[in-house]
Amino acid sequence: MLAWTVYISFFGVLVLMLLPKGNASAARKVAMATAAAGLFVALAGFIQFKAGEILTVAKMPWIPSLGLEFHLAADGISLTLVLLTGLAAVGGILFSWNIEHRTKEFFAFYLALIGGVYGVFLSFDLFLLFVFYEIAIVPKYFIIAIWGSTRKEYGAMKLAIYSFVGSAMVLIGLIAAYVVSGGHTMNLLELAKYPFPHSFQLWAFPVVFVGFAILAGLWPFHTWAPTGHVAAPTAASMLLAGVVMKLGAYGCLRVAMTLFPEGLEAWKMWIAVLAVIGIVYGALVALVQKDFKFVIGYSSVSHMGFVMLGLVTLNTIGLSGAVLQMFSHGIIAGLLFAVVGRMVYERTHTRELATLEGMNLVKAMPFAVVTFVIAGCASMGLPGFSGFIAELQVIIGAWQAFPTLAVITGVGIVIGVAYTLLVMQKAFFGETQSKVGYAHDEEHEPSPISIPERLGAVMLIAVSLVVGLYPRILLDLIIPSFNSHLFDWVKKGGQP
Amino acid sequence: MNYLELLKLFAPETIVVVTALVVLAVDLTSMRELETRLRFSIGGMIASVGCAAAILGILVIPERANTVGGMMAVSPLTQHVKICLLALTVFTVLISIEAKFTSHVGEYLGLILLATVGMMFLVSAQDVLMVFVSLELTSLSLYTLTAFNKRNIKSAEAALKYFLFGGMAAAFMLFGLSLIYGLTGSTNLHAIATALAGKGLDPLLVVAIVMTVIGFGFKVAAVPFHLWAPDAYEGAPTPSAAFIASGSKLASFFIFAKIMMIGFAGAEGSAAFRSFVAGWTPVIAAVAALSMILGNLAAIVQRSVKRLLAYSAIAHAGYMLLGLMANSSEIYLSLIYYATTYGLATIGAFGVVALVENSMGDDKLSSFVGFSKRAPVAAFAMMIFLLSLAGIPPLAGFFGKFFLFAAVLKPGASSLGLLWLVVLAIATSAVSFYYYLKVLKQIYVVNGTDRKDATNVSWFAQVVLLVMAILVILLGCFPNLLVGGLQACLASSG
Repeated sequence: MLAWTVYISFFGVLVLMLLPKGNASAARKVAMATAAAGLFVALAGFIQFKAGEILTVAKMPWIPSLGLEFHLAADGISLTLVLLTGLAAVGGILFSWNIEHRTKEFFAFYLALIGGVYGVFLSFDLFLLFVFYEIAIVPKYFIIAIWGSTRKEYGAMKLAIYSFVGSAMVLIGLIAAYVVSGGHTMNLLELAKYPFPHSFQLWAFPVVFVGFAILAGLWPFHTWAPTGHVAAPTAASMLLAGVVMKLGAYGCLRVAMTLFPEGLEAWKMWIAVLAVIGIVYGALVALVQKDFKFVIGYSSVSHMGFVMLGLVTLNTIGLSGAVLQMFSHGIIAGLLFAVVGRMVYERTHTRELATLEGMNLVKAMPFAVVTFVIAGCASMGLPGFSGFIAELQVIIGAWQAFPTLAVITGVGIVIGVAYTLLVMQKAFFGETQSKVGYAHDEEHEPSPISIPERLGAVMLIAVSLVVGLYPRILLDLIIPSFNSHLFDWVKKGGQP
Repeated sequence: MNYLELLKLFAPETIVVVTALVVLAVDLTSMRELETRLRFSIGGMIASVGCAAAILGILVIPERANTVGGMMAVSPLTQHVKICLLALTVFTVLISIEAKFTSHVGEYLGLILLATVGMMFLVSAQDVLMVFVSLELTSLSLYTLTAFNKRNIKSAEAALKYFLFGGMAAAFMLFGLSLIYGLTGSTNLHAIATALAGKGLDPLLVVAIVMTVIGFGFKVAAVPFHLWAPDAYEGAPTPSAAFIASGSKLASFFIFAKIMMIGFAGAEGSAAFRSFVAGWTPVIAAVAALSMILGNLAAIVQRSVKRLLAYSAIAHAGYMLLGLMANSSEIYLSLIYYATTYGLATIGAFGVVALVENSMGDDKLSSFVGFSKRAPVAAFAMMIFLLSLAGIPPLAGFFGKFFLFAAVLKPGASSLGLLWLVVLAIATSAVSFYYYLKVLKQIYVVNGTDRKDATNVSWFAQVVLLVMAILVILLGCFPNLLVGGLQACLASSG
């Protein structure tokens, strides 16, 4: 049943392509219906799912001569991320309801991206996973290059090239793994059992891991992320931060770490160090940004550092924290980008914090301010929101695995609080009152926050609160997943 | 064997030859007065029907034979390749129909068909003499096709260059082949292999191998024998360029692989990393590596899309050469799949370039600005073709690369000796993504002055391109359509 998330999305692309030209509102409705149907299927799958199982949803031979299969399946981790994709997809469409320029094409690319993402999260055949992974790359380029802002062509090309280089590395690793294991199958469940030679794992692991980690924004391969986020239109920033970066992290966990546990053991310290550098560096850089969206962009790098750190702790608490952080960051970053890109930028046409400071936005657009404050609190990791549980788990996990690094991570969290408060104060609660203040300028009275925006914001906040207050709703799915044979390496390693 | 049987065995080739003559005759006798567009439509239809009949002939009479004293072989595998060749020819003819560069319709289509016949014989050839004759039939037709735009001096220059280089290559190849004859006393591939077996690397054999590789290197435009290609592609009428890049590549690579694997069996050597052994694989490895690097890097800086496609063709020749390294019957499978899907995407891309040329006057990158608004269907098709060439799944180009790379690494083998070549190939294909994306950026992203007046893309051209794009997608999503058939052929060929 979950397979329909993929089919529905691509069917939506087809319908959009066949729509007559210039009918923007029909295109919007089709896109919304498609995304909502995807979310509905994801939710239905979520409700029916029995914790701990690996649910095969579609399995048929694809290229029998090479042993490749069309194999979609889900465990608790995939399901969590599928759910996130559904939420982010619906949210993204709500926040891009006002797109008038080439609307049909926009949503066609958007749904193709979503379909690819669903596919990656559900693929249990590595070849299929890679196919979907690349399907997700191309639409990103066009969405940013056509509908973006600030240096959009540069940002889009940089993103596309980083992604493609990453996927080229992944492809090298996958082909080598396929050939070494005898060339019979790319089935994840089979390959995970295959004992790859130690010397092979030593080089294959970093190649595949870094290939995926580029997309996850691991320092120092993160530089596409801030420029890409800034250049992207709101919906694309939401998807980039919300879902696409998770593709990378998911790939690290599902492919690199599962196939090459010995390589992981040898390299984990290095990755942990990079992740922690990412946490602190991202936060520090966010502290000094002048552009509102860059702050959020770098905060994403910082938060994804937690995911990567959680992954390499190799204990259940750290790993489940990492998965939960993927979900939580997907929701919160989406919300932050929505406020910055859609609510603020499209009304004020500036993202300069210095300019925003004079606009006294707290009076002009209270809804945006309230949303941002809530999202900011969630992002800082305030108890009650999903981010708190996730980051707490990661730090506990890290404390067991790398005590020193856990301490440094704590510093990162403090800086995170600092830049969030700082940007909140600068953007919305500016003391100075200048002439361009929207509250006093009758001619440029900003359009009120529209209903789709309100709906989207409320939905995302609600999800973050629900998960924050009752994290077991997801953790009960995620934690049992680590008992399957795919994660035997968690039981073997992990403790220092 | 009597002539009737021979004729039956080579009925498809005969049908194509007859079609070529019919096209010529009809054009000469009854269409002189009509306007060019109409003549092209009628001629193109006759040619397509002829090719379709030939395909039908292949399907209806599945034969297997070794004839003319072993000079020619017909097997399910060769028949399969011939079907692919004929399909590529049909598409080339279909994108030619809009052409405005010549009024000699009959001659143009006739030459395309004759070149196809040459390629079909090439595929069947089992004897180096036969190989040479068929190769020359193909090449001579292609030289003329290149020169066909008599109004454009560049076309003449391109043809002359192509001809001189090609003649040179033929001389090299003949020299190599004559040495082989001297060494073995035979021109039959199997006999050559038997005679060479166990002899080791004779210095004369080394020269022969190098000469043969040089000859074929010219034909498939591999670095460092590629110099004619960019000029020829740029100067030639666009459909001719498409034909040079597609059908002739498929046929040349097929026979190249055959000569290397059958004729020079036992002299492969090894190109594995840090354990090179002299033989023909290291030579091919070097040529392949150079082609991939130079082709992809040079394509980045091109302003003319045809030149860009020419350099990309050089790079793709590099990938296909990689396929020869696998040196097992698996390579036929991956090589044919790769060459066919590459040919399909290339013809499509050239078809779109031809449309742009027709409406804008040149093939500069800047002429593609806003093409997605002027001709959305053709623009979408171009996106599919270029992404397939770049190797983005789920398009056919990606599966071609995957098959090829997996075959080169030889599943099950303990060492990954050729991994360095695969890594290089994947890395350079990441480079190629950049320049293909640059073309797509012009088409989809850049906002130019709206030149709606320049739009004149006929529905026919759009339908043809769309069909090809859908084929690329289908072959990508269901590679078994082609691979399954090929595999059955290979299994039955033993």
